[in-house]
Amino acid sequence: MSDRPGYRTVERPALTLADRLVFPAILKGMAITASHIFEKKVTMQYPEEKWTLPEYYRGVPSLVMDDENREKCVACSLCEFVCPPRAITIVPEERPGGGREEKQPAVFDIDMLRCIFCGYCEEVCPEEAIFMSKEYEVVGRSREEMVFHKDRLYEIGGVRKDPHRKWKNADDEARAQGRGHGHGPAQV
Amino acid sequence: MTTWPSWQPEVLSFLPAWLWKVICIFLVLQMPPILVSLLVWAERRVSAWIQDRVGPNRVGPFGLLQSVADLVKFVFKEDVVPGQVNRVLYSVAPALAMVPGLVTFSLLPFAERFMVSDLDSGLLMLFAISSLAVYGIQIGGWASNSKYALIGGVRASAQIISYELTLGLAAAVVVLFTGSLNLAEMVRWQSETRILGLLPAWTIFVFPGGTVAFVIFITSAFAETNRLPFDMPEAESELAAGYHVEYSSMKFALFFLGEYAAMIVMSGLMTTLFLGGWSLFGLERVMEGTIWQTLIQTGIWWAKTLFFLFVFIWIRWTLPRFRYDQLMRLGWKVFLPLSLANLLVAAWMRTWGMWGASA
Ligand code: SF4
Ligand code: SF4
Repeated sequence: MSDRPGYRTVERPALTLADRLVFPAILKGMAITASHIFEKKVTMQYPEEKWTLPEYYRGVPSLVMDDENREKCVACSLCEFVCPPRAITIVPEERPGGGREEKQPAVFDIDMLRCIFCGYCEEVCPEEAIFMSKEYEVVGRSREEMVFHKDRLYEIGGVRKDPHRKWKNADDEARAQGRGHGHGPAQV
Repeated sequence: MTTWPSWQPEVLSFLPAWLWKVICIFLVLQMPPILVSLLVWAERRVSAWIQDRVGPNRVGPFGLLQSVADLVKFVFKEDVVPGQVNRVLYSVAPALAMVPGLVTFSLLPFAERFMVSDLDSGLLMLFAISSLAVYGIQIGGWASNSKYALIGGVRASAQIISYELTLGLAAAVVVLFTGSLNLAEMVRWQSETRILGLLPAWTIFVFPGGTVAFVIFITSAFAETNRLPFDMPEAESELAAGYHVEYSSMKFALFFLGEYAAMIVMSGLMTTLFLGGWSLFGLERVMEGTIWQTLIQTGIWWAKTLFFLFVFIWIRWTLPRFRYDQLMRLGWKVFLPLSLANLLVAAWMRTWGMWGASA
């Protein structure tokens, strides 16, 4: 049956006496395990030693401020809508003093028990106000504690240098065009 | 009362014999718990080292107190008694599994003048008691009223009964050589007889009878104590945890304690029967009769026993589990004929002299 085209018989190596006695193989195995006793250990002593996280790491989502310590979020609620497990709760309010930004979040909560660290919120945000941080040690003693409020989210996010300087450029543009507001689509 | 040989170190000879015995009993009683906790720690550390990990190293120096932490955890865990069990047998089983391990400690000769009981039928007694452990396992498996536990218990009894035969036949070789069932007497023979006039006649060196008997004995000891590669009764990948699957809290800990105590006793027995017990190339005769001699001998005995315990752990993390039919075939078709033949060879050696070692 093995002479069928495309088939090749593989000879099983016959067991030698040493193989049958098993003990030589056992001793060989023991030598291998014993050599590992003296090998360098791969364990990372966690709380003292930590991973260096890659740039693309998705930790706790956090809110960031721009270079001028301004709240970037304009409470557009896009992230709230896109969030698959509905972890985000936003209550918008009018931004006092007016200016380019009309709204700001009065309440911005992320329930870390719900968050799945998918990063959609970071992706969808038109203001680049929400970023996945590298923080991953999320602990709490109660469910309430696991809901991160705005202040905590800013604390984690901190200030983020904005390479686009979107608003500044928009300001300049608007000024050049003789319009007052640079924020949002041009109003005719 | 005076039937006890009043073997006691000279410094302590002012003590009446019975008081020395009481002291021995007290000291020996401390051994199992301390050693078991040390062993559990060693098991975890060595397994970690073999797998290139570090192992428990946080609780106490080198993680030595890890077992204490484990024990505290066991004590405070909820003792769940499942509804379907036979309550009486269910509670008795862990004790039955543990007691033989502790009792057999009293039969081990740690040093010439440091042992609890110096019985002339010591070896028989030891086998008689240690084989009772199978009741604990079997009853535990039965009383749990769960299929995994039952299969585990049945496997355990089948395995232990099969390997007890070869274990006994291997030990019989030592009895043949030494001409005694008294464990201390066996050690004395091994330390005093010489092979070819120089090597001490530790049974393992008495080739071929003793060496083969040792190989059979150590393999059967693995099967007896349900250790990998023969841990069929537990076989976590097939039976969840085997006979103790329904147990929790301290009841589980007792099974655990019994298993490890049995391991220590088996190692101690190997030391005593095959490796010359407390003797080490004449070191055991230094400072004859003093308390130091007793200490040295105890140290030698424990060093050898700890080595065997290390081998137990080492093997566990080296070999995969045998299949059940392989285990049975090995026991009945290979080891039983082999040990019978070996007994015959040993008898011939005994009759015609063994490397000049016949006493
Ligand atoms: S990372 Fe995903 S789950 Fe978490 S808040 Fe953002 S969108 Fe929601
Ligand atoms: S974080 Fe971004 S997407 Fe979410 S509400 Fe604020 S501006 Fe909108």
